[in-house]
Amino acid sequence: MVIRPARPAGPGIHAGDGTLGKPVCERTVEIKNALGLHLRPAMKFIDIANRFASDVQVSNGQSTADGKSIMEMGTLAAIYGTRLMIRAEGPDAEQAVDALRELVEVRMFDEPPPEDKTQATK
Amino acid sequence: MKFKEFICFKATIPALKATDRDGAISELVSALVEAGKLPTGQAKDVTKAVIKRENEASTGMGKGVAVPHVKHPAAKGVIGAVGLSAEGIDFSSLDEQPVYSVILLISPMDNPDKHLQAMENVFKHLQKERFRKFLRQCRTPGELEDLLNEADEKPSW
Repeated sequence: MVIRPARPAGPGIHAGDGTLGKPVCERTVEIKNALGLHLRPAMKFIDIANRFASDVQVSNGQSTADGKSIMEMGTLAAIYGTRLMIRAEGPDAEQAVDALRELVEVRMFDEPPPEDKTQATK
Repeated sequence: MKFKEFICFKATIPALKATDRDGAISELVSALVEAGKLPTGQAKDVTKAVIKRENEASTGMGKGVAVPHVKHPAAKGVIGAVGLSAEGIDFSSLDEQPVYSVILLISPMDNPDKHLQAMENVFKHLQKERFRKFLRQCRTPGELEDLLNEADEKPSW
């Protein structure tokens, strides 16, 4: 479910496009750990998001969650292979998106990828 | 995934006897065994596994709710139990407040996606203050069943 008004998501939005003059940074990331965005990964996500002043929103294409709320992040049901759009708005938007992308795609929430990567499902 | 697809309505406890976290988890696992959802011989092992998971990171989400869970071979599909405590239970929650509503989930080993779908539904409702309030007010298993069915039928509720 969408808690905040949906923003016009899509490839058309780039850094600096904030209507209020705040920096905006968006990036699509892909879930690469086998178990997906379950509770512990979601906790790691909000932990990092909360280190930044910027607002963070995460969208799975159907719904948008506050990236700083564990309950909202839990509703994304992002399984392995899911693409999520991370959108940060605020003074440290770019740093926030960079740090979150690293958590999701590089550190993979400190979890293993699927044993058989060919089983990727969307 | 709707509540009725994974919550066992015969395993809902409107007034938990337990006053501590591990006791509450054990009580809810026993309820699932009594309801025939878990083999009798597995109760101890499942309880131990949930507590071990809980010790790694608390599932106390704040706002008086906790969602202890684990993957276990004894579970054929995702199965859930609900317990309420009027006094509140210490779950080492994020907001350091007591927990009044506990939703226990036992998920199969081989289907992480189903686990996420159940979680999606649980969080979708638990993040609503009204749902949390109504949940806490349930006094009988029948009231719990009615509330969860109502939540299933009205997605925007």
